[in-house]
Amino acid sequence: MNLVKPYGDTLNDGAMQISFTLPVPFGGKAKECAKLYLEKLGFKKADIVHMAELSESFSFFVAYVKTDVSIDYDSVEFTPAIDKAMSMDEVNAFIKEKIKRKVVVVGAATGFDAHTVGIDAIMNMKGYNHHFGLERYPMIEAMNMGAQVPNEKLIETAKKINADAILISQIVTQKDSHIKNLTNFIELIEAEKLRDKFVLIVGGPRINNKLALELGFDAGFGPGTYAEDVATFIVKKLYEKKVK
Amino acid sequence: MKTRKAKKNLKKTEILGLEFKKIEKARKLSDGITANVQKYINLHTTTTIERATLRLLGADGADKNGVPVPNIIVDKMKDKISEGVSKYYLNALVKSGKTPGELNNEIANGLDISKMELGDESKIKSKAKEMVEALDKRLSENVKFRNQKIKEYSSNEKKPWIYVIVATGNIYEDVKQAQAAAMEGADIIAVIRTTAQSLLDYVPYGATTEGFGGTYATQENFRIMRKALDEVGDKLKRYIRLVNYCSGLCMPEIAAMGAMERLDMMLNDSMYGILFRDINMYRTFTDQFFSRMINASVEIIINTGEDNYLTTSDAVEKAHTVLTSQFINESFAKRAGMKEDLIGLGHAFEMNPDIKNGFLLEFSQALMAREIFPLHPLKYMPPTKFMTGDIFKGYAMNTMFNFVTKATNQTIQLLGMLTEAIHTPYLQDRFLAIENAKYVHNNIADFLGEVSFKKDGIIVKRAKQVLDESVKMLEEVNKIGLFDAIEKGMFADVKRPKDGGKGFEGVFEKSEDYFNPIEDYLKNKLKIR
Repeated sequence: MNLVKPYGDTLNDGAMQISFTLPVPFGGKAKECAKLYLEKLGFKKADIVHMAELSESFSFFVAYVKTDVSIDYDSVEFTPAIDKAMSMDEVNAFIKEKIKRKVVVVGAATGFDAHTVGIDAIMNMKGYNHHFGLERYPMIEAMNMGAQVPNEKLIETAKKINADAILISQIVTQKDSHIKNLTNFIELIEAEKLRDKFVLIVGGPRINNKLALELGFDAGFGPGTYAEDVATFIVKKLYEKKVK
Repeated sequence: MKTRKAKKNLKKTEILGLEFKKIEKARKLSDGITANVQKYINLHTTTTIERATLRLLGADGADKNGVPVPNIIVDKMKDKISEGVSKYYLNALVKSGKTPGELNNEIANGLDISKMELGDESKIKSKAKEMVEALDKRLSENVKFRNQKIKEYSSNEKKPWIYVIVATGNIYEDVKQAQAAAMEGADIIAVIRTTAQSLLDYVPYGATTEGFGGTYATQENFRIMRKALDEVGDKLKRYIRLVNYCSGLCMPEIAAMGAMERLDMMLNDSMYGILFRDINMYRTFTDQFFSRMINASVEIIINTGEDNYLTTSDAVEKAHTVLTSQFINESFAKRAGMKEDLIGLGHAFEMNPDIKNGFLLEFSQALMAREIFPLHPLKYMPPTKFMTGDIFKGYAMNTMFNFVTKATNQTIQLLGMLTEAIHTPYLQDRFLAIENAKYVHNNIADFLGEVSFKKDGIIVKRAKQVLDESVKMLEEVNKIGLFDAIEKGMFADVKRPKDGGKGFEGVFEKSEDYFNPIEDYLKNKLKIR
């Protein structure tokens, strides 16, 4: 057992900062309402330290609160997609030694998603923030199909180029459109009985490994992911499959 | 806007000391580049130009499957597009003696006007005259109304104009957020379209309450938002400008709808669709010209999309491609009859925040744009590429962006949101962004007048370097031509084949007897050729 609580400036003080908007007119009553609401959420002490009028019928609050609730850190289960990323050179060496052929990766932002920024960061030669993209990896053949690619077309292309891994980027998450789209992708690929042919990976600002596994993918990557993280997972998974 | 036009005896720009000779050279090269494209444009029309023409002559509505009347008409006349489709619509008006509304209903119910025999040409022409006069009256009233409101509330106007986005996906929810944003201090409201509308080869009809990352741009949605902004504007004694997206496969139609519903600005770039939406280059160039004539005729400010280059390319290394594109966009816009004060060239604050002295490079780039384009309502875009879930750092970056914007005298400022890269803005995100901008704008109001820059310092040297690189790039593009330059991937690191992309099948060579009374009207009004 290792019970923990938020830390403000003293161990176990349970201090947290919260900001939020209520659809009520600005004023003393709004402030009282915001405080009561926080207490209703279970916070022990709620201080509204700032409030502002957003419009005639909306008020914004900044609050500091304290909580009694704690959690057992030791009981938290968490499985990241990878433990530690290999560097680009290590990934290449791993492929040469253990897979002994080039690895083919195809990626796209699928469905209605028009944003290529995520898939570009992982796949394009230049990569992101001084981390080269998969196109730069000598032992990886990377094909970036861009944005607004239908799931059907992505699967068809993966078949055609005999891909080892399929990467899907989902930036737009309004009204859970990404969940619907990703579910549709898994349904399509299962219908074609191709689920186990590919390593399936999804990435995006609202994606994590747990969600990806729930949806039927092999791994999910969230913000702060670089190409080497994705490459490490792909090559290890391929090797694992090969050994089996 | 303050004008800092070059006096004849000045050889260099006032602050950065950029040589006017070089700037003039860049403009000449750009004019050479666009002249060749314009030759192509002048000889062609597209399906959406014909539909825009029909819309401006009264075609509107949709059939029971949602197919818009302008599409129904054009789709049945693929073999007649070269001669201009509007003739048949005008002919049907003459022959039936119906109003456009009545005729639209019949077309929506199955009437095929391409089957009606063409009547007396003089009657068609006089009908065209009548319809164009009615259109001119409507558009002139829009312009007059806007200018009168701007004048009436001019004492409350501040620069830079604060531009924010609403994107709920439901036009009625957008209205609430837009009105709230205006009350908080926003001067300009952009209503984001649903993802992928740019790839639809039609404009949906009626009010819409769905979409991803925004709702549809429709004429009815324009009308709803226009009314809401006028209401809140009158309350606040400020004219609130409305923006939408004049890009994609229906550029001229969106322009037509915006002109009729008194939008004030349009995102409208000469190359964006080609590079970022994979729309065919011939289609895009032809469409941008017609759409810009419409925008110019009703004094709609265009916003060009150079900021997008920096999301696919590095903002430091590829800074000159932004300037190059600004020159090209300016030249295309002028060919479409736009004056400088309507050409809102775009650029962005997108350098990696970890770069040492990155702020100085951003400052240099922004000031350079201001000095090279002194009369233009420059549109400056916030950091997005290096925004993470760290809202606190994001807020700090936006403060730096606000500083550059005000200190370099930008005109239109799209505010950065601290929750960029997380979700479409919450009500409070927009509020915090506006508070930040208002604080900085006021706190450093006269900064630029108080400082001068070292002649051999980082800021001055950087601007000169970027201008030099841009002139070099323009020389190269001028030599090989714009079509080939795009094919080679010289812009945004994106390569597009000439005959590739969407919408090429919708481009038609004009026949010798091509008839388009709207084109004639626009060219005459804007004194083109």
